[in-house]
Amino acid sequence: MTTNSAPNGHHLPETGTHGEDRPEDGARQGRGEPPAQPRGRGSGDATASGTPSGRAGGRPRVKLRAIPVRQAARRQKAPRQAEAPPRTTSPPPRTGQLHAAAWWLWALGLATAASRTTNVLLLAEITAVAGYVVAARRTDAPWSRSYGTFLRLGLVVLAIRLVFAVLLGSPIPGTHTLFTLPEVPLPGWAQGVRLGGPVTAEAVVFALRDGLKLATLLVCVGAANSLANPARLLKSLPGALYEAGVAVVVAMTFAPHLVADVARLRAARRLRGRDDRGVRALLQVGLPVLEGALERSVALAAAMDARGYGRTADVPVAVRRATAALTVGGLLGICAGTYALLAASGAGYGLPVLLLGLAAAVAGLRLGGRRSPRTRYRPDAWGARAWLVAGSGVAVAGAMIAAATYASDALDPPAVPLTAPSLPLWPAACVLLGLVPSLAAPKGAVR
Amino acid sequence: MIRFEQVSFRYADAAAPALQGVDIDVPEGELCLVVGPSGVGKSTLLGAVSGLVPHFTGGHLTGRVTVAGRDTRTHRPRELADVVGTVGQDPLSHFVTDTVEDELAYGMESLGIAPETMRRRVEETLDLLGLADLRDRPIATLSGGQQQRVAIGSVLTVHPKVLVLDEPTSALDPGAAEEVLAVLQRLVHDLGTTVLLAEHRLERVVQYADQVILLPSPGVPPVVGAPADIMAVSPVHPPVVALGRLAGWSPLPLSVRDARRAAGPLRERLADRTPLAAGPAAPGELLVRAERLGVRRGRVEALRGVDLTVRAGETVALMGRNGAGKSTLLSTLVGLHTPAAGTVTVGGAVPHRTRPAELLRRVGLVPQEPRDLLYADTVAAECAAADHDAAAPPGTCRGLVADLLPGVPDGVHPRDLSEGQRLSLALAIVLTASPPVLLLDEPTRGLDYAAKSRLVAQLRALAAAGHAIVLATHDVELAADLAHRVVILADGETVADGPAADVVLSSPAFAPQTAKVLAPAPWLTVAQVTRALEAAP
Repeated sequence: MTTNSAPNGHHLPETGTHGEDRPEDGARQGRGEPPAQPRGRGSGDATASGTPSGRAGGRPRVKLRAIPVRQAARRQKAPRQAEAPPRTTSPPPRTGQLHAAAWWLWALGLATAASRTTNVLLLAEITAVAGYVVAARRTDAPWSRSYGTFLRLGLVVLAIRLVFAVLLGSPIPGTHTLFTLPEVPLPGWAQGVRLGGPVTAEAVVFALRDGLKLATLLVCVGAANSLANPARLLKSLPGALYEAGVAVVVAMTFAPHLVADVARLRAARRLRGRDDRGVRALLQVGLPVLEGALERSVALAAAMDARGYGRTADVPVAVRRATAALTVGGLLGICAGTYALLAASGAGYGLPVLLLGLAAAVAGLRLGGRRSPRTRYRPDAWGARAWLVAGSGVAVAGAMIAAATYASDALDPPAVPLTAPSLPLWPAACVLLGLVPSLAAPKGAVR
Repeated sequence: MIRFEQVSFRYADAAAPALQGVDIDVPEGELCLVVGPSGVGKSTLLGAVSGLVPHFTGGHLTGRVTVAGRDTRTHRPRELADVVGTVGQDPLSHFVTDTVEDELAYGMESLGIAPETMRRRVEETLDLLGLADLRDRPIATLSGGQQQRVAIGSVLTVHPKVLVLDEPTSALDPGAAEEVLAVLQRLVHDLGTTVLLAEHRLERVVQYADQVILLPSPGVPPVVGAPADIMAVSPVHPPVVALGRLAGWSPLPLSVRDARRAAGPLRERLADRTPLAAGPAAPGELLVRAERLGVRRGRVEALRGVDLTVRAGETVALMGRNGAGKSTLLSTLVGLHTPAAGTVTVGGAVPHRTRPAELLRRVGLVPQEPRDLLYADTVAAECAAADHDAAAPPGTCRGLVADLLPGVPDGVHPRDLSEGQRLSLALAIVLTASPPVLLLDEPTRGLDYAAKSRLVAQLRALAAAGHAIVLATHDVELAADLAHRVVILADGETVADGPAADVVLSSPAFAPQTAKVLAPAPWLTVAQVTRALEAAP
């Protein structure tokens, strides 16, 4: 108990004093005064300086200057506190950054649109739109490279879908047989499964469309990943969930580190005169890579702890209990409500229970946030650009859902009989709305 | 501010205590330097201040450590986060977020500092450490020196009363190290921050220290005192102190300025002598040849039109800022990068077109992290693998290890070796194939003076045996001691290439301490002076 209360007792006044005496350094630096004497010392002859005598001479000089600065700081300080909200203007958004959620909404909008159609032309258009925006607006940051990975993953998915359709046959009845694979006779218990046999054009086309749809969904997710730093999404999480979120993000950054380690160690294998390609090379560096990764995790955990991760504020027992009750009650309510909504019988009381549970859970999270003393540094601003970007994604999704009513044939061309896909004018035009971010979003200017 | 009372500490599975009888008081606003050979418990001592020892490492701590009045026994590291800022040896393992600005703000966010204050402090710190241009950069794309500055900045923003730094300058080039030290000086003098710092490169820091804690050997109580007093007895000391001890100056100078003031008589004594010419015995066969070499890494032009020739028996030091292209040049010489322009031949082969097993016999590289070369779980297995890789007779590598690293048992795991031992093991592995060209990337990082002088002796013997050696280093003392020629790279271009004495003496940033003290005479190392004084009465 003493362990917990003492630091917090310490901690609160501490920040207070920081707040009071820090502006002076801000003022000093803000004025662009040359740093005190150490800089002069450092910039002179590389190491020829800094004796006890020199230091003794330096101190008073610093003091003399500090006095007027401190007064200036006090003068500044008073009005600042008097202003009711400390920030009347919203903080300027960071250069080259848009609210991460806007990118995700845009990408999810495109993904929703993609999930509504199997028209190869429309799917290709959506992929092209996402790709163009990524090419136009991504930065040089490491996470931006994930687009290529997702693109390749999409191709793999497409290939797997095709291979399965060819090998295992397809329930699509078709008349245009492309070629016939030797059929493997299967025992009686495997009835309904077919290996090999005739491959029809209809089955291949159907599989191609299906696979392309999945691949397009993946590409949309990849676009969001490479345009928005996953860590920035954290800033939008409620305080109570922040620490869990950090853990998730740290786990996510684990993978790129691992890849970098593998690359480095494979390069090192060359130095030992071994081949750096092939599965064996990968396996042999596996253990050192894992060892390194574990060591780094431990070091990171130590560093995070030393930097105050997991500090908690003192909250009254009543608040803590209320938090627990609200969260658990809320989650139970959500479960019950969802069940009732899905089950045929309880449609009447399902919605109110669900809403009530949701409200209780949100309140619980809010209260829980009090336990964490965290503040947020420059949270992403949701500005006009964010509205445009998110709006364009939502518009594409909406247009495609609406199009299902008037152009369902064009969106979902039948595989049987084979028909050449046509590009429906209006849905195609609507998908182009997804290009808005390539103009509306700030240009990625990392570096 | 920091008080150790009768502190002893033993790691959970260790037989002997890592620290014993530590009784230290570091007053507020002091820059306190922890010195001692590798493995004496410097990092443990620092960890005890931030509370990571024993809360994070485990082990048994007796006695009491208090920081700003808080007992580390009852306060976990996170509860000390507002008074103690810690930066470990490896800045990369310190980062929680992925861009510079977020990283600077992270600690403050954890402490719940008001957003306006955070914003102001981030801006201050960006200016203070010269990071303003890098504010939006992903940390992974920064150079080592920049990362170190970000790591220091990330704890500075919290305005801790105590800063604990473990080897903050050992990965930095001389200029960047000066900047970091100037910042520390400024914090100590302007804000009264207490700084506790462990560092092997004493020539960079000792003149700034107010107090020195010397850990002579593991488990022995530390000696605490004024820098000059401790340096007089310390087994680890910078060249300027060695020179002072040699010449019998009193008080012992710690900075080049003090030494120069005292060095008048010594300069006169040395006036009619010249240092032994430090050149290769005879210009040997041309082994490394790079012409108009250009290398691109991603969108960055890492090297542009670099010319380099190295002959057998020659030792060349590559110097220059962090990120100047030194490591890229070395990697290109072993074929890890394909040049975008120009030609490169090493020992008659084009490295990037030669099979690794073949190249091994022509050129060997000891990378910055020697650990990367080690895969096996015992020294013996590592040696056997090296013999196999190099198709050398069994026992070749083990013999080299016995020479370079006497007294290391076969069964030790390479990870349990000290930094210096690991380097020697990696060197032995590379030498197993007896390549005529030997490349070393930052070999002295993390080495104490004893390990360093062993390495210097080893490399000198190799050069005398006809190896061509190229080492990339920030360590001006090492370059002065070892190199026949110094090549300075800046921004991927060669800006200087010439005999070590000429290059090193012409620029203060790269001049070793002895040269600064005895300028304009071309003395580079204390050893040269010693020999000259011994040669004549």
